[in-house]
Formats: sequence, structure tokens, C-alpha cells
Amino acid sequence: MIEREEPRVGAFLRVTEDLARAQAAEADQRLAVGEGITPLTGIPMAIKDVICVRGVETTAGSRILSGFRPPYDATVIARLREAGAVFLGMTNCDEFAMGSSTENSAYHPTRNPHDPSRVPGGSSGGSAAAVAAGEAVYALGTDTGGSIRQPAALCGVVGMKPTYGRVSRYGLIAFASSLDQIGPFATGVRDVALVLQAVSGADPRDATSADRPVDLLSELEAGVGGLRLGVPREYFQVEGMEPGVKATVERALLTLERAGAELVEVSLPHTDYGLAAYYLIAPAECSSNLARFDAVRYGLRVEGGSLLETYLRTRRHGFGPEVRRRIMLGTYALSAGYYDAYYLKAQKVRTLIAEDFEQAFLHCDAIVSATSPVVAFPLGAKLADPLAMYLNDVLTLGANLAGLPGISVPCGTSEGLPVGLQVLAPQWKEATALRVARAYEVARD
Amino acid sequence: MSLTPAEVRHVAMLARLGLEPGEEEFYAGQLSAILAHIDRLRELDTDAIPPTAQAVPLQARMREDEPQAGLPQERALAGAPEARDGYFVVGAIQEAEP
Amino acid sequence: MTDSRWEAVIGLEVHAQLATRSKMFCSCPTTYLGAPPNTNVCEVCLGMPGVLPVINRRAVELTVKTALALGCRVARHTRFDRKNYFYPDLPKGYQISQYELPIGREGRLELNGRTVRVARVHLEEDTGKLLHAGDALETASESLVDLNRAGVPLMEIVSEPDLTSAEEAKDYAIALREILRAIGASEADMEKGQLRAEANVSVRPRGSTELGVKTEIKNINSFRFLQRAVEHEIRRQIEVLESGGVIVQETRGWSEAEQRTFSQRSKEYAQDYRYFPEPDLPPLELDLAWVERLRASLPELPPARRRRLVEQYGLPEFDAGQLTLDATTADLFEATVAAGAPAKQAANWIIGFRPSLPAEDLAELIRLVVEGTINREQGLEVLQEAQASGRSPAALVQERGLAQVSDEAALAAVIEQVLVENPKAVADVRAGRQQAIGALLGQVRRATGGRANMKLATEMLRRRLEA
Repeated sequence: MIEREEPRVGAFLRVTEDLARAQAAEADQRLAVGEGITPLTGIPMAIKDVICVRGVETTAGSRILSGFRPPYDATVIARLREAGAVFLGMTNCDEFAMGSSTENSAYHPTRNPHDPSRVPGGSSGGSAAAVAAGEAVYALGTDTGGSIRQPAALCGVVGMKPTYGRVSRYGLIAFASSLDQIGPFATGVRDVALVLQAVSGADPRDATSADRPVDLLSELEAGVGGLRLGVPREYFQVEGMEPGVKATVERALLTLERAGAELVEVSLPHTDYGLAAYYLIAPAECSSNLARFDAVRYGLRVEGGSLLETYLRTRRHGFGPEVRRRIMLGTYALSAGYYDAYYLKAQKVRTLIAEDFEQAFLHCDAIVSATSPVVAFPLGAKLADPLAMYLNDVLTLGANLAGLPGISVPCGTSEGLPVGLQVLAPQWKEATALRVARAYEVARD
Repeated sequence: MSLTPAEVRHVAMLARLGLEPGEEEFYAGQLSAILAHIDRLRELDTDAIPPTAQAVPLQARMREDEPQAGLPQERALAGAPEARDGYFVVGAIQEAEP
Repeated sequence: MTDSRWEAVIGLEVHAQLATRSKMFCSCPTTYLGAPPNTNVCEVCLGMPGVLPVINRRAVELTVKTALALGCRVARHTRFDRKNYFYPDLPKGYQISQYELPIGREGRLELNGRTVRVARVHLEEDTGKLLHAGDALETASESLVDLNRAGVPLMEIVSEPDLTSAEEAKDYAIALREILRAIGASEADMEKGQLRAEANVSVRPRGSTELGVKTEIKNINSFRFLQRAVEHEIRRQIEVLESGGVIVQETRGWSEAEQRTFSQRSKEYAQDYRYFPEPDLPPLELDLAWVERLRASLPELPPARRRRLVEQYGLPEFDAGQLTLDATTADLFEATVAAGAPAKQAANWIIGFRPSLPAEDLAELIRLVVEGTINREQGLEVLQEAQASGRSPAALVQERGLAQVSDEAALAAVIEQVLVENPKAVADVRAGRQQAIGALLGQVRRATGGRANMKLATEMLRRRLEA
């Protein structure tokens, strides 16, 4: 499947054939013996290139880590190995997970399986496309401002971001530490739930991972009867929302209503400020997280003679323009004289946005909206203007700022391209979001 | 809020990002546009609002003081651009630690 | 050094490596001294992509204890912050430290009757080490990086600028070390790099209340250098000001070889650490009950113990000072007195001979000497033997028949014999040359195999000769 689809889609950066065969054989063993069998045993999956796999080249879609082989596994990878998963390879992504189209990958763009002239979304575009093209049964991505949900929507698959702290970040090459989460892609809600269940849970190596019981499956088939679904008016009025997308999502809401949900209008008054807050906090944290790429202990070195010159040249050539843009923005936001007006201010606005959601959840069990204001756009269409690209995330980044779980489930097409329905739930209520998404899936089909 | 090329130079140096000729102006333009959007945050009165300390309230978990073996030297140095006699090697530093 | 027109204003920043077994944010051991480079590291302290820090509880404990021992207010909410800068010994490109909410604030240290205020006590991670080709940083064409030390827990103690002389600065550093050792927070050995000091020095006209421009002196790795460097810098600043110049705020290093401070001014770009809260570590809430338990577990600190030894045992201050150089010695003293030895004698024996006997045995030995059963020389012998064999002093005295000859009859007989055998000395004494008594006493000692109770013998001999 990979061989057939890859020339068209380009979802993978590297295929780990030998590893996959070995794991498949080991999985067969387990199945034969009847021991160590989990729902994931023997199932082939793909891994976004920002999640460290021991001994496998992991580059974060960047030149600066070309050739880097982590000497350790990310915690989620260790858990999947134990479950008997089969690793097909590392999928393409925007460099260091910064982007909404996977066009910022230093290696090559990935193409949307539904229309190869268009983007798959990002930053986890490779993982979304691999699942959409049938190359992998499920895939891992990461979501900092929408990087799982948005590509899921654009590729017509299911993708979920858990509550911040639900899944260990140990081994996830950090972009924005207070926003990043790892999550699954699959073609169905049930599979997404199974994968998330398997990788979730406290990790002593991640001080931000929560010590909470993980029970994501018990409500899955409970349906939406009796649930109140909040419809945030601001989310249907965002700049650049395509009428076709809006209409498709509204139809999906009606489907949910027919299935027994009560639609309630809610307000998230600070929606218009989310992007501004996000594009201060995320770059600030990334400017610090990416300082370790200094040509000393690993990664690319572009020799400059002196230490300083080597730093300057390595980081100029090792990082692409979007990464450099964000590092500079973040450095500026933290710099002396600007910290209060920028970074600190953004963290205060973040509090306001989180409070918006808390208020809304007083009136509903979950919040529903479009995942992306647009369908998949043509490759190259949004590269000239960074802000135009950032606007892709307006409906998703609020959940990252507030630490909420969110899922995108396909809800039809507009102009022949997939549209995603986003379901957000309060912190720790993945089960609710999954339940609503599953109910929609059932009602839709 | 607009960023001048000189400010871009300063910020790029703080972040140890080299700049090719013309890039100061280029990034000054792009970053200024982004900052122009970000400026809308000023419309919000946040004096009485606490900054988010943690998105999700979490108990700080600590670990017990138990030493464990780490990486053997070869693996620690395996990815190094330049290593010798067990050390990482870097070029002329020239300046004391900031 | 005194100068009537100027006064010095000095603050000290002290870094102490904490006595934990593992590093601050990872489980690598802290025993790296002498190890080959980069053999005491893991992916976390190497700053590899994707790694995360986890706080060492014991490091927090020791920092809280230090803050308490220094009379600080211990924070209820504390947290870590990132200090961002690029240097090859800093793997992540930032140091996890504390900026806004340190563990301890507003403490004090009593020094020779004065109070030196402690501004803050906080926790951070140490950096790796650099070796420069040819030894000089500024001219080395390449440098070697060893990250064994990176991530070791470091406690920073910052004083207010309350110190007024180089000597006082040195005394303050020594007093800090004493406290750190007493509470077991750090071995604080400057030679091993476990204690490092940086001095902020400025001068101002005597009596002025405004602060002058200060310089920061780094690279001090002994108490002696600290005193010399600060002294030199004070003199340098005075000279500059008196000749009409201005002090430049800068970092200066100390050259022991040249006996002077030199500028380490950073050339082009100003440093901006861009502190922000560490997002990988949730803020810490220090449980009040836990802090109180730690306070209760603090030992009596050296200054307080010294005072008490003077008051409770009537010891001179010098003795109290010697006994409290470390806790074990002071403990031995008090236990020995509790076991029945008189205080002054116990102090003398412990200070003079550093015995390694159990307190009961030492007390026994001291009593044997005080009561006159054996004399001091014999006491020393018994001490050596008891230390070597582990036998009790009383048993040894008994066995070796060391008991002094205090029997008057026996002594009288020996004295008679000595007088008969030494007529010249007798004549000398009778003629008024008292020092000849020494010779006679020497004979008495020899005749008794060194066991004569010399005090008694002297008395008896004098009486006999007067007769």
C-alpha cells in the first residue's frame, strides 16, 4: 500500500521496513501463543517525525536534525512497542510542527490523498495522509494549535488531541511545551479511542503528565441523547470561513440534533484574540526549546570557524523560514522591555480564553463547530503571507490554550473536499468528546 | 508595533540566527505584520487577570533521589558533529560565559 | 585595610553543590569527580530533543533546610524559571533556575555580632565544564566540553550588600560553609568546586548612603583568593575614583598569578536572559507541615552551639570555637562531659589530642588522670593504646599496673634512696639552687619506672628537704 501510494501522496519521510517486519513477526508470535495480545497487536501504524523512536532517524521534518538517531524511545513509543504495534515509519510534518500545511517540511511536501494538488493540512499532514490513503491503520500526530485536528479535517479522517497532560510528552521533540500533546489519527472514532487509551496515562518522566485514571471507552456507544451541544456563535463568524464549510457543518449539527442532542447557543467572547495570544506564547516557548540545536552534541553543524559563527550559520541553514520567523517572534516577545507587553499579556489573555470555555461548559456538555474554516487549499496558495496560514488555526487553537480535549470527525464534503466537525469537551472529558463524535459517525452512516 | 531591521538584527543575534543580506528587511516586514495583528491584545484590560500558570492544574511531581546509570560515553557522543577523547569539541569561544 | 575617606559595599553570591546522590532533573549520579568525560550523562542532562526535567525532591528539601537555617521566609508557592543564553556548557541553551519565586527570601546570618542580610536562597542546575586549548579562554582555537557536571543541583545564596570589608566577606563565606556542612546540605569544599563565590564590590565616600557603581568578581575558588580579590578591587576602585575616573559596571576575573582583577567585559551584545516560567515543571506548593518537620529536624547550628558551650560549660570562647569546628567534635565533648568528665579537661583533651575514643572511655581516662591514678604522660600512652586496641582505659591501667605510685610509704622509701644516691643535688637544693629539685625528681621518676605520682612526690621531696 505504501509503495503504491507514496509516489502520489508522500506521507512518509522514511519507511522502516526491517523494523516493521520484525515487529510483525513478533506480533504473529504473540497471536499464536495467545499471550501479550492487545487491541493494537500486529496493527501497522505510522509515527510523526517529531516523536523519538530509538535508533530510527527522527528529524522533526528539519535539516538541523538530519541523521539524528535518538538513543531512547518516547514514552508513547515504548508503550506501543509493548502493545505489539508495528511501526511502518516516520511521517512528514511541518518543520518542528510549525505550520498548517506540511509545506514547511525541509524535505518535501505531502499531498492530500483526496486531491494531490492540495495540502493535507498540518503540521501532522503526513500522519493524516497516511491514514487517509490507507497506508497505515492509525498514526500518531501532535497538536499544539490544531495540528492533529486540522489535517484530520482536510484529509477526511478522525484525529484527536487529548487534554493537556493526558499523554506523556517525554520523547516528543518540543515545540511549545505548555500546548503540545500527542494524539491519534484513524479512519474511525473507535480506533482513535483505542489508540488514545493505550498511550495515555501518567509518566514519571513527564512532570506535566497527570496522575488520572484513563477510561476513554466506557461511554463510547452511549449516543448523544440528552446531551447539550454548545454552538459558539463566534466560531461560525471567523474571518475567511468558506460558506461551503459552514453549510456542511451546520448540516452535521442537524444530524446530531436528530440523533437526540440538544443544540445550545454559547459564546466564546475572546475568540478573536486567541490567535494573537497563541502566536506569542507558542513562539516564545519554541524560541527557548529550539536553543538546544547548537551544533555541539548532535545534529547539523555548518562550520564557521568560531563558536559564534558556527551557531549563526548552523541555525540559519538548519532551520527553515517559518521556524526562524517564530524563533525571532518568540525571542522578541520574551526580551527585556517587551516581556510584560507581550508574553505576560498573552498569558493573561489565555486565562480569559480558558474562562470563556469554563463559562460555556456551564451550559453544555461539549462544544461543536467546524474544525477548519476552509477545505484543503492548493499547495503554495498560502505561503506568501504567514498570517494567512495562521488563520487556519483559529477554530482549533483555543482548545490548546485552554488545555481541552478535542476531536475532528469527517462530516461531509464541500466542493468535493473533506470537511471536519470538531467536538471539544471540558478537561479530562475525552470520553464525552468521543461519545459525541461516535454518535455523529453512527448517525451519519 | 513595528519591528525595524536593527531590532531584527538584535533579536536574531539573541537567538543566534545568522542573517543573510536583505533578510533583516524581509523579516522586519513579516514580523511587523504579525505584530500588527498581535497588537489587538491591547484592547483587553488584563490588569486584574492572573497569567495562566498552568493550562491544566497539575500537582508538581518530584522524584526520589535515586541515582541510575545513564548513557555510555559512545552513545552520548554518537551524534556529535565533532568529538575527541570523550569530549565534544567546539570552535573558538572567545568570550566568557554570559 | 582602612581608608578613612571611603567605605566598601560588598555583596556575595555563593553557589553550593547540594549533597544529593542524583542530579537535579535526571537520575544521573552526582559523583563525577575524576570520571572520564561524558560518562555521567543521560539524554536528559545532555539536552537531547524531546527530554523533560523531573525535580529531585531531596534537592528541594536541602534548599528548604538551608533557607530555614538562614532564617529565611520559605515560599509557599515556588517555581522554576528558564534563564536563556547560549554557551557550550549549557546543553539546553537555557538553565532551569528560579527567578520570580525563589524557595527562600529575607534571611540573615549573624557574623561577629553583626547581621548580614540574605536576600534569597534558590535552586538551579549546574552547567558542564569546558577545557580550553592552551588554557586561556580568550585565545583558545577550540574547546572541549564535558557534561558530567551538567545538571548537578546547585543552590544559590545571595546576600544583600551588607558586607563592609574583604575580611568580612571571607568570614561570611566561611560561616555559610559551616552552616551548609552542619545541616548536611553540601560538603561545600571550595577546592572540589562544591562552593563557589562571586563578589559584587563597590565603594562610596564614607558616610554616604548612595551606592556606587559595582563590579562583579568571578572565578574565585578559595577563601583566601576571595579576600585578596575583594581587597584588590576595593583599592582599584578607590584609585580610579580618586584620579577622577569612573567605575564601569562589568564582570572582572581574579588572576592569582598577577594578583589583580581584570576586565571580562562582554564585547558586542548585552545579555538578556529572557526569564519565563519553566513550562515543563508545574509550580510547587510547599506543604507547611513538611516545612515545619524540616525545621524541627535542623541541628543546632554552630553559632548557637558555640554560645551554649560557653554558657553551659563555662568554657572560654576559643575552646568553644575549636570544639564546634565540626559537629562530631562538639558531640564528643558533650557526651564526654555527660559521662562524668570535667568540662575544661574534656575540652583540653579533645582539642589537644583529637581522640577517637568513645565518650565513656574518654571520660574514664580523663577521670583517671584528674584523680591522680595516672599522670598525664601515662594518660597519653593509655590513650594511644586504647585507640589502637579498643580496650577500656581502666582495664589497660589495671593490666599494665600503670597506677601511679601514690602510696606515701612507697614513695618515701624511693625518695630516701634518691637522696642518698644524689648528695650533690641535695647540697645544691639546700644551698638555695631550687632548680636542682628537678634533677632529684627526675631520679624519683626513673626509680619508679615513670609511675610516680609526681605531684605527690614533689610535695614530699620538698618537705623532706626542708626538714
